[in-house]
Amino acid sequence: MRFKDHHIISMTSFSKDMIDHILETAEKMEPIARGKQKSDLLSGKVLAVLFFEPSTRTRMSFETAMYRLGGNVLNLGSIDASSIAKGETLADTIRVVDSYADAIVLRHPKEGAARLASEFSAIPILNAGDGAGHHPTQTLLDLYTIKRESQLEGLKIALVGDLKYGRTVHSLCYALSLYGAQITMISPRELRMPEEIINDLENRGAKVTELDSIEEAINDVDVLYMTRIQKERFPDPAEFQKVANRLKITPDLLKNVRPELRIMHPLPRVNEIHPEVDKTVHACYFKQAFYGVPVRMALVALVLGAMK
Amino acid sequence: MGEEEELRVRRIENGTVIDHITAGQALNVTKILGIPDSSEGVVSVLLNSPGKCGKKDVVKIENRELKVTEVDRIALIAPNATINIIRNFNVSQKKKVHIPEFMEGVVRCINPNCISNSNEPITSRFNVTVDDDNLKLRCIYCGRVISENIAKHLL
Repeated sequence: MRFKDHHIISMTSFSKDMIDHILETAEKMEPIARGKQKSDLLSGKVLAVLFFEPSTRTRMSFETAMYRLGGNVLNLGSIDASSIAKGETLADTIRVVDSYADAIVLRHPKEGAARLASEFSAIPILNAGDGAGHHPTQTLLDLYTIKRESQLEGLKIALVGDLKYGRTVHSLCYALSLYGAQITMISPRELRMPEEIINDLENRGAKVTELDSIEEAINDVDVLYMTRIQKERFPDPAEFQKVANRLKITPDLLKNVRPELRIMHPLPRVNEIHPEVDKTVHACYFKQAFYGVPVRMALVALVLGAMK
Repeated sequence: MGEEEELRVRRIENGTVIDHITAGQALNVTKILGIPDSSEGVVSVLLNSPGKCGKKDVVKIENRELKVTEVDRIALIAPNATINIIRNFNVSQKKKVHIPEFMEGVVRCINPNCISNSNEPITSRFNVTVDDDNLKLRCIYCGRVISENIAKHLL
């Protein structure tokens, strides 16, 4: 399978075989990601990290992925001090940076930014989130987490929270549709999954159900995928509070669930998962954050042609 | 075309007649074709003309033969239009427009946060599909779909 020089823009362009190959490559990377093995696979390679929006996990896990493989990282630094503050277009920034590095990781507040970057770049672009659009590397690490901690084939999953603006759940749904997942969507009315995405998913073979509460789904799913609901989405703070309290996981809610149930969250969480839940066998969000490292190691190594 | 209409808009000697335009869309058609800036000859626009299947609009462009690819862009708002190339007062070619699979620089993406609505050096681009007779434009950048009031979003 040939990944060299591929852009990683959106999950919609990935076949199931391609995803499986990335996940298998990530598995090989795990000992290196944990620091148990040393590697100089990407020695002499430079990864440019362009983040036009704040991020902790995604940026740091790309950076550590590159360092663990013996490569180097070139950071855009503060936007205020860069030419972007002077009004440079993204297209120009990309054309300049592609002569400084071997691949570019891009996060940008506008939808379609990564696609645009790929049109102007001679080196691979890895989309680390474009506005409310796609976030494929998050999806791949979510899939890897599901594969390692539950199972991908025949998965029953409930997505909870902000399904309208949450880009992670959009990308994840597209990928899960390839595995024939049964997807339950639980969200407040204001934050429902956009209809065009639900139609797409059904056309791709996923079974989609919409429910109102976690209780209705919790005994019937393998994975509960929680997302954060942002206060700013609600004009009325009282309404936000009502919704936030309803879509919350507490130790009580988990009393009678199957031990195999796994709870995931792309993090940062606010109060949608009670801290007591962290100690249960169900909690898997911190492992999920770690799995971002081997998955991003695999992606960078594949697009740079260091692995096949 | 009946005799009465002949008096209103005369026959042209050479050029293009776009007939059977959805009533009310003729001015949008000229907008998509960049008329009058792209044509030096006289352009006549006929609105609400009675046709066999109800009212229609007609656009006559003198001394310019439009290419089929140019005219296909109007299929978005006038899917039943026909293009007649006129030479020496006779119709030398007659074709129906067909809906292209891809559309560039005609419509603006409805997503205000789409990168194509910024100062980047790109033009809007859409994949076009027809679903149960409904036209759908999907932005290749942000994926947002336009399926209603396409004429409202012309660039």
